[in-house]
Amino acid sequence: MSKNTSAPQSLRSPLGRAKGLGSSRSGVSHWWVQRLTAMGMLPLVLYCLISFILIADADLDTARSWIRQPFNSVAMILLLAVGFYHASLGLQVVIEDYISTKTRRILSLAFTKMIMTAFAVMSIYSILLIALADGV
Amino acid sequence: MTQKRPLSPHLMIYRPQLTSMMSITHRLSGVALASGSIFLVWWLVALAYGGDYYQMVQGIAEHVLGRLALLGFYVAVSYHMANGIRHLFWDFGIGLSLDGVYRGGYIVIGFTALSALAGIAILFLA
Repeated sequence: MSKNTSAPQSLRSPLGRAKGLGSSRSGVSHWWVQRLTAMGMLPLVLYCLISFILIADADLDTARSWIRQPFNSVAMILLLAVGFYHASLGLQVVIEDYISTKTRRILSLAFTKMIMTAFAVMSIYSILLIALADGV
Repeated sequence: MTQKRPLSPHLMIYRPQLTSMMSITHRLSGVALASGSIFLVWWLVALAYGGDYYQMVQGIAEHVLGRLALLGFYVAVSYHMANGIRHLFWDFGIGLSLDGVYRGGYIVIGFTALSALAGIAILFLA
């Protein structure tokens, strides 16, 4: 067995370092997706926010006909999907920082992700119901 | 497990600074937006449901308390978006000096204040 004369610089195995995944076992993917979703949301948030302000206090038909326009349906669905994904990643970091008990942390993470997924599905399904409905 | 160990990040042992206060406000506004999005979901469900149910939800949005909640959501969006752009600049290595961090901070606060004024005008005066 050959003996390494120099002191080890790190306790991580060469394979672990080559794969580049840290203790989270997911590398920088969480950080990176958080930024990608943030950038993707910028034009969507601005467009939908300004549109909402312009049709503020709209009656049922006005609000529905805005959503029924294909461009608006797609913008809303993208915003809701990307937004709730971004929210889920953000809440995950907060929970991981502040909840130190392992059981409670895992349960909180699972609960939060379920709620965010449910919100996304409920809101996107509502958009689809409006956009794909017959008549007005 | 039951030891009362301090939580990280330690917020209470420092004198408040613009940088740290804006950092925690970014988190708080993010959590507020994630929680407050339940009202956006509710409004969209009501819009799909239609009829009297939509009228009821719309009535809540037009009530003073509903208006205040909308204003809060709108200000949180403004701040989180502006400060998020500040964070994205940092990710590209721009504005990371002490001066730059403060300058960006003042720009974000200024933008949020202007946006809040516009929001008050739209939600309460229009």
